[in-house]
Amino acid sequence: MSTLEIKGLHVSVVTEEGSKEILRGVDLTIKSGEVHAIMGPNGSGKSTLAYSIAGHPKYTITSGSVTLDGADVLAMTVDERAKAGLFLAMQYPVEVPGVSVSNFLRTAVTAIRGEAPKVRTWVGEVKEAMSVLSMDPAFAERNVNEGFSGGEKKRHEILQMELLKPKIAILDETDSGLDVDALRIVSEGVNRVKENQDLGIMLITHYTRILRYIKPDFVHVFAGGRIVEEGGPELATKLEENGYAEYVTA
Amino acid sequence: MSLATTTNYLTPTGREEPWRFTPLNRLAGLQDQAVELHDRISLEPADIPFGVSITVEDAASFPPLSESEDQVVQRVRESASKVLVISIAKDAEIGTPIILTRKVLEMAAEASRVQINAGLHSRATIVISNAGDGVFAEDIELNLEPGSNLRFITLQEWSTKAVHVARHHAIIAKDATFTSYVVTVGGSLVRLLPTVEYTGPGASAELFGLYFATDGQHLEHRVHVEHGVPGAKSRVNYKGALNGDSARTVWIGDVFIKAAAQGTDTYELNRNLLLSDGARADSVPNLEIETGDIVGAGHASTTGRFDDEQLFYLMSRGIPSEEARRLVIRGFFSEIVSKLALPEVEERIMSRIDNELATVRI
Repeated sequence: MSTLEIKGLHVSVVTEEGSKEILRGVDLTIKSGEVHAIMGPNGSGKSTLAYSIAGHPKYTITSGSVTLDGADVLAMTVDERAKAGLFLAMQYPVEVPGVSVSNFLRTAVTAIRGEAPKVRTWVGEVKEAMSVLSMDPAFAERNVNEGFSGGEKKRHEILQMELLKPKIAILDETDSGLDVDALRIVSEGVNRVKENQDLGIMLITHYTRILRYIKPDFVHVFAGGRIVEEGGPELATKLEENGYAEYVTA
Repeated sequence: MSLATTTNYLTPTGREEPWRFTPLNRLAGLQDQAVELHDRISLEPADIPFGVSITVEDAASFPPLSESEDQVVQRVRESASKVLVISIAKDAEIGTPIILTRKVLEMAAEASRVQINAGLHSRATIVISNAGDGVFAEDIELNLEPGSNLRFITLQEWSTKAVHVARHHAIIAKDATFTSYVVTVGGSLVRLLPTVEYTGPGASAELFGLYFATDGQHLEHRVHVEHGVPGAKSRVNYKGALNGDSARTVWIGDVFIKAAAQGTDTYELNRNLLLSDGARADSVPNLEIETGDIVGAGHASTTGRFDDEQLFYLMSRGIPSEEARRLVIRGFFSEIVSKLALPEVEERIMSRIDNELATVRI
């Protein structure tokens, strides 16, 4: 049982006009096996929340805390956060030219598990994980995210999640740019990891579409850099009908 | 041993265009006769396959095949009494690479001439492997007869003190294919001139390069491709990385398309990765076109810093920063290094780069 606890999180970025506060006091607790949907309009700070937890250097934490099972996440380097059990599925996964998917996966798994996976079982493990995500085996020989379609990038993110076995995963707009078939495959992957590994999930999305496939236990409405309303799945239905208008102050 | 006595060429001052990037005071006197050149050929072949001959000949019987305005090359031609001649027989298909290794016995300046002849429709790979320390001035000429296919690999894995100036000039006949790989990861000052001329249509040259400079190294590559006949093709792709405040690299890519060279197809590319503040990469692509009747001509040059987003992505998967940097740099060079098709060389070069990365914090 793991718990990610975010308390009073304030985050700024440095812009040409000076420091700008994006997150203004976020409180959120995510436990193993729970799915928390974070929904909100564009520019509300949802992605900033995701990247701040993962440790992107662009964001400065000005106050608040983030802990994973009591350990201070904010004091950890980016790789240490991953080793502690956090995973961020990115909206725009980065291309790494000249580095093959298989080399990348093996290097990452070795780092996370603390030892190189056994060659015999590893090949089968990757093959199986790729097959359930309907990925062509030839995919492993391509360079990381280079020339991938939107759907391939997202499947590749979920493939990593499946192999790295995190405790808590943050899915940042994983549904964006996916057609219905790809959305279904990716969602099934997320649900499978959740069931098998008792994963806690922060599901960041603009649209309710993905919630038909990945059922949230909690829905949080995010606006102006903080959570402004919380509820169960019924809140998503209300958002689908009314949109975010009532949360966006003019 | 002979000391050059004639001075019918000018000593560069550093103000001339071809010399303006080169720190002349670090050339060990190669450019101004301050050093005595030893007439010696320190390249030694491993086994010589059937269909290949490697002999040392009198320079008088093997005059230069091309002209050179480079003062160091001119000096080599005056100093060298012998020429190392490598011939690939007509129609020979040499499966294994022909490897020549530099045997350095003493710290003395050496001037040497090499002529390579790829016979009609022959296929071969020649590797020149340079390591150790010393001062070397080389004039290498490669003559590709019609339909031949020659891969020419030079490895500059010098130690820290080496000074190496060389011209690799390829003369490519009708339907011949020349592929060169220049790998420069060592030396104090290395100045290489990979140059190409064509003598018939269907001739093709692909010139690849990889360089990695650390503190105290000046690595210069001056590519020159002259399209003087119709229907020839050239591709140039050099990639470099620099790590350390005083690391310097220079890449010049001159492509000339003469009026007669209709149907020319050329593209050249240079990418540099700056891994630390203070490192400096000069990159000057230069395309001169005298005819509009061509298939294509283009060039691109980029010099940039390490991509923090790549680093973040890899680290967010648990990969420590040092290892993430190594992965990105290996990835950057893999496009070139994997083409060598020499796995042990590939691993040796990448390990050397890994080690040099580890010594300096980025």
